[in-house]
Amino acid sequence: MSARDEILRRVRSALTDVEPDPDPVAAPRGAAPADLVSHFAERVADYRATVVRCTADEVGAAVAAALPAGARVVVPPGLPEVVAARLSDVRVDDGLSAAELDQVDAVITGCRVAVAETGTIVLDHAPGQGRRALTLVPDRHVCVVRADQVVADVPDAVAALDPGRPLTWISGPSATSDIELDRVEGVHGPRVLHVIVVGEIEQQ
Amino acid sequence: MVTCVNDAIYPGTGAAVVRLLRRLGVDVDFPQDQACCGQPMVNTGYLDEAVPVVRNFVDAFAGYDAVVTPSGSCAGSVRHQHGLVARRAADPVLAGAVADLSPRTFELSEFLVDVLGVTDVGAYFPHRVTYHPTCHSLRMLGVGDRPRRLLEAVRGIRLVDLPHADECCGFGGTFAVKNADTSVAMGSDKARHVRETGAEVLVAGDNSCLMHIGGLLSRNQAGVRVMHLAEVLASTEADPGGAR
Amino acid sequence: MTHTFVGMPPFPVAAREALADTQLRHNLGHATATIRGKRDQVVAEVENWEELRLAGAAVKDRALRGLDQHLVQLEESLTDRGATVHWARDAVEANRIVVDVARRHRVDEVVKVKSMVTQEIGLNEALQAEGIAAWETDLAELIVQLGGDLPSHILVPAIHRNRAEIREIFRSKMGGVGRAAPSELSDDPAALAAAARAHLREKFLRARMAVSGANFAVAETGTLVVVESEGNGRMCLTLPDVLVSVVGIEKVVPTWAELDPLLRLLPRSSTGERMNPYTSTWSGVIPGDGPQEVHVVLLDNGRTRALADEVGRQALRCIRCSACLNVCPVYERVGGHAYGSVYPGPIGAILNPLLKGTGDPQTDSLPYASSLCGACFEACPVRIDIPEVLVHLRSKVVDGHRDDRIPKPEAVAMRSASWTFAGGRRLGRAERLTRLGIGVGRRFGAARWTATRDLPTPPKESFRAWWKRTDGRLDR
Repeated sequence: MSARDEILRRVRSALTDVEPDPDPVAAPRGAAPADLVSHFAERVADYRATVVRCTADEVGAAVAAALPAGARVVVPPGLPEVVAARLSDVRVDDGLSAAELDQVDAVITGCRVAVAETGTIVLDHAPGQGRRALTLVPDRHVCVVRADQVVADVPDAVAALDPGRPLTWISGPSATSDIELDRVEGVHGPRVLHVIVVGEIEQQ
Repeated sequence: MVTCVNDAIYPGTGAAVVRLLRRLGVDVDFPQDQACCGQPMVNTGYLDEAVPVVRNFVDAFAGYDAVVTPSGSCAGSVRHQHGLVARRAADPVLAGAVADLSPRTFELSEFLVDVLGVTDVGAYFPHRVTYHPTCHSLRMLGVGDRPRRLLEAVRGIRLVDLPHADECCGFGGTFAVKNADTSVAMGSDKARHVRETGAEVLVAGDNSCLMHIGGLLSRNQAGVRVMHLAEVLASTEADPGGAR
Repeated sequence: MTHTFVGMPPFPVAAREALADTQLRHNLGHATATIRGKRDQVVAEVENWEELRLAGAAVKDRALRGLDQHLVQLEESLTDRGATVHWARDAVEANRIVVDVARRHRVDEVVKVKSMVTQEIGLNEALQAEGIAAWETDLAELIVQLGGDLPSHILVPAIHRNRAEIREIFRSKMGGVGRAAPSELSDDPAALAAAARAHLREKFLRARMAVSGANFAVAETGTLVVVESEGNGRMCLTLPDVLVSVVGIEKVVPTWAELDPLLRLLPRSSTGERMNPYTSTWSGVIPGDGPQEVHVVLLDNGRTRALADEVGRQALRCIRCSACLNVCPVYERVGGHAYGSVYPGPIGAILNPLLKGTGDPQTDSLPYASSLCGACFEACPVRIDIPEVLVHLRSKVVDGHRDDRIPKPEAVAMRSASWTFAGGRRLGRAERLTRLGIGVGRRFGAARWTATRDLPTPPKESFRAWWKRTDGRLDR
């Protein structure tokens, strides 16, 4: 008997006392913060990421301000031109090798959805977000989030996302607590996460 | 249900329960056929050995309105383990008797607060006291703050918080012997927290846990004595009750 | 350089040794208290946490109750998306599959995402035996691997090491297997993490094959999920050409939507964060992005044995968050090594006997490695009633010895107690011997108690005798 058939046989014989349940489990509702964008910004900042809010007109300046002088920058194909318009030394990813990416200082991308309750950004690696390695190897990730991309909690994000696409959920910079449970930002992924939330700023 | 531990080692606790309940107008009986709830066997893995013990238990207490016990652990055993033993026996009659009796079995503080509806039992106990909520009372039964509410209503008492109160003392039945080193490590930390409170008396709802913590405190001449909740609640100005 | 858990002594023996290690006690106490505090805070934030726990448990139960169908569906959806699916009955088969892939690609090293299951099957040792180096890339796993040590916690495997010990390991061992640690390396956690980053970066950039586990595998969509913090997982999952994921069959989640409660429960229970820094999901081969050859090994290795146990099967709901370890008063004092397995703590005390079966002294000691305080059940995000399973497994251990020709003293004692406790009058007679009993016990059986604890002074008469004498009247 093949391993496959053997395992399936064992599973069936282990389950003779129960019936399978055909209906998916309905999970309880998630959090519903009143002001999604502010809540998102607070929660991202909790991870010791930098969060900046700006209007659509200001996005180019905000991106430029997020980068140290002379930074070598890479952007994915499909990133709206206005985002990187103020930058001089920008390379569009055309299949850079991992070693080449390792020589880049920063990457600028958009995202697919953002989760207010958990301060999470999800990339589905469509145009404007790049392949997965692009936002991983460079040490600084500048991510532009549109206010209308912010959803309340994880269930809303799961519902909005296509599992057929690769997804990267990012909550703050790379981190570890492996040494005496002391949180250290930055191990292998980007050590700096800079989030720019673009939308109407609330009138004070 | 006085429990086997109280029957043999802490009869004063049983007497205190009788005194307390009678003072509150309850008609108390002690069916002589009762012995043990079977927890020592079940928790050590001896299910077959627990069957006759559980049988005896349900027979001894059949016909009473309520079974009250000064032990969260034994009440938990009745409510959560007797069904398991009945299943092991594959005896539907026993299973029926267990299902009938389990919901009528109460740990003392549950019975006082939920059934009798009292928190002030008229007790007087002029001492500095700290309270340890034993694991089975706390997590298996979920007695919540009932013991604390009862203690707060005691006149003369000075109740002080126990640090890390909800952490296990390390007794755990046969665990205390099978894993004596770990058990003592846990108990030493509990005893240290008790001493930190400056209390004169450590109170809990389970004498087996108190036997463990008290044994450590006593070995170290810590100057803290242990008392069952029932004994504190039974004390009045007129009748302070016997020392253990 | 690699140690294994093979030949570990039974729990009480290992625990005694661990308890004597004051550095370990201090490290563990600090670490578990810290993480408990973080967890409590973020769990309290979730208004309907109990409902969420119920949903998490229900999802995993549904996955297990229809496991055969979900596995077949998972295989189909993975295959449709270009992955190659393998099935492995046990560790030997699983290791063989991974070794064969490595050989076909002629690699002499693989990079690894932290994975419990590959530790369970001893994959690193199997690869090493074939001349293939397996580099652990999670910081804690790196510390454990470089130190020739064993993991002692599910989430933070080097929880037993403090910063000074880690610095020493990095300084003495990194150079031997790659980029050396800077000679002026301090014991600041940030500096230690930076040294690990530099050491592993060259391995990530060079590696052609990676091995991972998976936190979840969605049957409906063929999606694997890896939850992590450092980005080492993302490195392994995206940079190499070939990826092999070893996935226990209990990791199946029926539908994409049912991932939701689990993704909400796991990080809060595990690291005490609202969300872990990185979660990667992928379904088979993604053209032009990441590994273009993707293998998935579906592993049994005792899981169907656990599944067949009606009480114990709930342990397969486990999502490896390690919340039960952090709240366990036994774990907090003895650490993970005493459990003799990659699965330590309360969950290990049930999972090991369920996966391996009872019968050997080490495994059989595990269900007794608990005071049954219930803190683990309270913390478990998928509501595994660990105390219930512990008690159940104790009965299996006992039942395994029922036919022994010479019964253990404990069994004799329990049989005699069973007889005595089966009637009030019998007990009454026995109690008249109590004072004598305690006296005798002091000299013999109760030695393990009285070595460290006093026994109470025996009473003049039992409650039963007092009641009989006075009818419970208070004049005594």
